[in-house]
Amino acid sequence: MSKAPKHPRPEPVQVVKQRRDAALTALVAAVPYAGFLGIGFDRRGDELTAVMPYSEKLIGNPVLPALHGGATASFLEVTAIIELAWVRLWQEIESGELDADDLNAENLPRMPKTIDFTIDYLRSGLPRDAYARARINRSGRRYASVHVEAWQDNRQRLFAQATGHFLMPQNDG
Amino acid sequence: MTDHKVKVAQQFIEALPFARTLNMRMDMLEDGIAEVSMPYDARLIGDPGTGVVHGGAVSALMDTCCGAAVMSHPTAPKGTATLDLRIDYMRPATPAQRIRAHAECYHMTRTVAFVRATAIDEDENRPVAIATGAFTVEGAKPDFKGIGS
Repeated sequence: MSKAPKHPRPEPVQVVKQRRDAALTALVAAVPYAGFLGIGFDRRGDELTAVMPYSEKLIGNPVLPALHGGATASFLEVTAIIELAWVRLWQEIESGELDADDLNAENLPRMPKTIDFTIDYLRSGLPRDAYARARINRSGRRYASVHVEAWQDNRQRLFAQATGHFLMPQNDG
Repeated sequence: MTDHKVKVAQQFIEALPFARTLNMRMDMLEDGIAEVSMPYDARLIGDPGTGVVHGGAVSALMDTCCGAAVMSHPTAPKGTATLDLRIDYMRPATPAQRIRAHAECYHMTRTVAFVRATAIDEDENRPVAIATGAFTVEGAKPDFKGIGS
């Protein structure tokens, strides 16, 4: 028998991926409104990209046609909240505090609450898939400030951006 | 508001697929003031722990109501689009209650409409959210007095 290694072997990549994907899936599934809008999340490491596939029900101006401002606002706000919740969940999953295979609506961390949200509409939303990424500019114990950018065909040509403040859930209740 | 106006207002909402998807109803539309409401719906829940509707759905209601207020302004714009909208969420909407938005287009120029709105549920004295926004104005009557000056 060979000698026991000094350092534990790194986990197989599939195990790591499976754990992280399971955590993300559980988190997004816990927000019915995200499912209603068809919003999904692509993950690269800890980086998330939100995707809202085009659907006729998201239209607000049938003449152009263009996405409804409310659909766009909803997309950006869902992206911001999932990003905030994800960063916290990531830490808890990777530290082993929470088991990703055992996540459900009861033991998921509580969701941040929106205090205010300001949306800039830069150009009309085309009838195609939309993408968004959120950047947490400040995350304190109680409050967080998040900026979200959304685009369609071209990453450099944003069709909307938003900034919001959020009240973070307190773990000790 | 006459029956005819109510009908025209409801048709306005029903022409918007997203407003129809959220089952929005136009309750009032006259001279730059609009009221639009939306029933509670489990599909709109943002936090399953509490059953509270997602802020984005409230935002969609406010945006629709503000846009309607602009369209009903006496300058009769031919079209409008949201430039920006800020929402302050003052308290969670009570689950199972209808959310009602009231929007007022309080200033109009040839190119921009300024709007503010309030959303309430059955507890009318404590707003759920307030919004302020700027909207584009397309093709308003050029002879309207008191705009763009």
